[in-house]
Amino acid sequence: MKLIFERGCEGQGCTLLPECDVPAVELDVPLRKTPLRLPHVSENELSRHYTEMAGQVHGVNNGFYPLGSCTMKYNPKINEKAAALPGFTGIHPLQPKHTAEGCLEVLERTEQMLCEITGMDAMTMQPAAGAHGEFTGLLLIKAYHDSRGDSRRRKIIVPDSAHGTNPASAAMVGYEVVSVPSGADGCVDLEKLREAVSDETAGLMLTNPNTVGLFDKNILEITSIIHDMGGLNYYDGANLNAVMGIARPGDMGFDVVHLNLHKTFSTPHGGGGPGSGPVGCKEFLRPFLPESPFGRPEHSIGRVKAFHGNFLVVVRALAYLLTLGREGIPEASRNAVLNANYMMEKLKDLYPMAYDETCMHEFVMTLEPLKRETGVSAMDVAKALLDYGIHPPTMYFPLIVHEALMVEPTETESRETLDEVIAVFREIYQKAHDDPQALHEAPVGTYVRRPDEVQAARKPVLRYAFTETEK
Amino acid sequence: MGTYLPNTKEEQQAMLREIGHGSFEELFAQIPEEVRLKELHLPKGLSEMETLDEMEAIAGKNHRFRWIFRGAGAYDHYIPAIVGSVTGKEEFLTAYTPYQAEISQGILQSIFEYQTMICELTGMDASNASVYDGATAAAEAAAMCRERKRETVYLSAAANPQVIEVVKTYCYGNGMRVVLVPERGGVTDPEALRELLDETAACFYVQQPNYYGNLEDAEALGRIAHEAGAKYIMGCNPISLAMLQTPGECGADIAVGEGQPLGLGLAFGGPYLGFMAATQKLVRRLPGRIVGETTDRDGKRAYVLTLQAREQHIRREKAGSNICSNQALCALTAAVYLSAMGAEGMWQAASLCVSKAHYLAGALEQAGLSLKYSRPFFHEFVTITNGKTKAILEALERADILGGLPLNENEMLWCATEKSAKAAMDRAAAIVKEVCGA
Repeated sequence: MKLIFERGCEGQGCTLLPECDVPAVELDVPLRKTPLRLPHVSENELSRHYTEMAGQVHGVNNGFYPLGSCTMKYNPKINEKAAALPGFTGIHPLQPKHTAEGCLEVLERTEQMLCEITGMDAMTMQPAAGAHGEFTGLLLIKAYHDSRGDSRRRKIIVPDSAHGTNPASAAMVGYEVVSVPSGADGCVDLEKLREAVSDETAGLMLTNPNTVGLFDKNILEITSIIHDMGGLNYYDGANLNAVMGIARPGDMGFDVVHLNLHKTFSTPHGGGGPGSGPVGCKEFLRPFLPESPFGRPEHSIGRVKAFHGNFLVVVRALAYLLTLGREGIPEASRNAVLNANYMMEKLKDLYPMAYDETCMHEFVMTLEPLKRETGVSAMDVAKALLDYGIHPPTMYFPLIVHEALMVEPTETESRETLDEVIAVFREIYQKAHDDPQALHEAPVGTYVRRPDEVQAARKPVLRYAFTETEK
Repeated sequence: MGTYLPNTKEEQQAMLREIGHGSFEELFAQIPEEVRLKELHLPKGLSEMETLDEMEAIAGKNHRFRWIFRGAGAYDHYIPAIVGSVTGKEEFLTAYTPYQAEISQGILQSIFEYQTMICELTGMDASNASVYDGATAAAEAAAMCRERKRETVYLSAAANPQVIEVVKTYCYGNGMRVVLVPERGGVTDPEALRELLDETAACFYVQQPNYYGNLEDAEALGRIAHEAGAKYIMGCNPISLAMLQTPGECGADIAVGEGQPLGLGLAFGGPYLGFMAATQKLVRRLPGRIVGETTDRDGKRAYVLTLQAREQHIRREKAGSNICSNQALCALTAAVYLSAMGAEGMWQAASLCVSKAHYLAGALEQAGLSLKYSRPFFHEFVTITNGKTKAILEALERADILGGLPLNENEMLWCATEKSAKAAMDRAAAIVKEVCGA
């Protein structure tokens, strides 16, 4: 594919803005001397460029997307329609309140419904993504301890199976990360947890179900161990899709949660964002929340973002919540769990499961035996899936499972699709034994094949190099 | 109730039976009884038609102003039709972060093109793939500048107050000290900057044009920062970059800004776009995704996420930032906008902003307001309203005009863009004159 800079030629362009209807004014300040080199293309050329590029993108709309821990469920069209309403898109964030009551209602109603689903008392919509939510939630914990003069609490406990964002967020609030190993059953090792807590523990960060797809049955004991030592419990909502309307973090002993509206609540990922990461908390943490259009709490941590968060993402989530309602929310989770278990059962005779028991919304397979027997790695299997039009599962995560493939089908896939994908996985397994070299070569039918990442990092080319004649 | 489940009740039961479970209940057996939710208190689900009705009713409670003379961090610019047509393509809309390069070349290449355009606008060497917004971009930039003995962030007091607040919040987290450098006469006071900077200075952040719309002497401020051994961060309005000295020309080490003016709607504040670009020296400190060019097995040009050793999923607690999801679709928006506008279109937009803002300022002066500052400004300016702020805004609202942002009862911050028609500005001035004359 040509780059946009390689298309068109000087003189081509679009006519977009009118002539000036007031006297022209020139600024009496130093102006830019470096020429600005932007594309010069006609609208047709521009339109075709992006149509060609869209053809080289696999979205949820293109096919199965079992990316573990990312909840790539279907993105309903009605959400897009709601988010495109001019009554939302054309509102200035600093308009007087009485002219933005609809926007405030979106924030308020979404907050209420999400508080009900999580068992929390208050929420901020300011965080723009999950990791941003983690940062915000940890700041609430820090501000709480600081407000009590309890400033020696500088350690945060994170299981070794956690997402990378957890320890990275902890570091951003100045906390030292204490990693606790998982037990043989994939859950938190209670003995190790007890050894890790102290009067320096600020809190614990946990996903439940965890990153190996299991609900930690000791959850009440885990959260009590932290509370008894004066720490707080943080719930990473990455995996909430398994338990919506079935169990609530607020009832499990968690004090703070973040949600990913772009996972659990069906808003599109947009090729990497924008997401939205609302943070909910129990009543005693409400005074520390960021400012909202409804006011600034007494001990607010301040703002984590300008204005009111990724508002149009919240609009989409509200449309989803209204559509599903009290029956649809738990039904979505039940079917996410059913689909995962169905796939797991139908694959586990060939692909050993890291933890062979009933899973929640996702499961982790280990391809270590396959690699030993055939030399075919998790990477090879992932790349082979590309030739079947399937997005590979999450690879090499969680770190505690070797040659891991983490599969999350989500509830919006049909049995028919699952059966087809199961057949593909089984075929690849057979191929691994019959013709492993073919899998090392995979993919063969994609636009590019295993780009050289080492070269990209060693000699970074991060922008187009214009030739001398281009301007 | 609405649902997006493809499997029928019968299929669900059949699937359960096939995998040896009698009921859904059994699937959730690992969840202890004590934490099971008894009842979910939500309204009944709706059909699609009812949902749309409801959302339209909510949107109907907002008032969308016909004319907007307010900026202060969110700007009402013309959005070319091609922009929405591209960003609405479902492949771009529904894809995840492009980890699987083979089936993500379209997204990866679009980010590479975006990075190039941001480098061109800012005059910097390298750009990342975006962060959440201009305010978090400033906060991330400040964190990039931290050294073992340099942990103080200096911020111009003439920067957007929300940006200042976000930087302060991030610094409460990471323990960096924040010092505000006072403004004098509507711009950062260079003498105060010189005096305040000390050997703990990690960086100095200035906004161009600043919160009051005034143009800073950005080159001189950069020299002062560098003399004290601090890094220099400029927060820029991207439309103004088509016209003003680039951060690169001003000696900036990092350029950041709010990318919303590049084709993103006002949308009650988001989603917007934080852009970040840096000099070659600081590339490996940039947070978030970066796309690089490489070749594939067959020697074909290809794009991949690169320099990932900086990021949280590899470095965990040693990563410089925790950012994972960014604002990819907004970066795509900006790239399409910049491609449609081209260099000439961008110059035209900047030039219309300047001319219209000066016309509006002149008209308001004639209507009885006075300008607070007598300095060069881009597309925003502050007027003194002699205690009439509230009355002016109410009168303008009746004419479907959103007036300038009230800074206090005596001062307003106005903005004009290419969308500000002369007739509307004349009308606003006439209304102001009426209020002031009464």
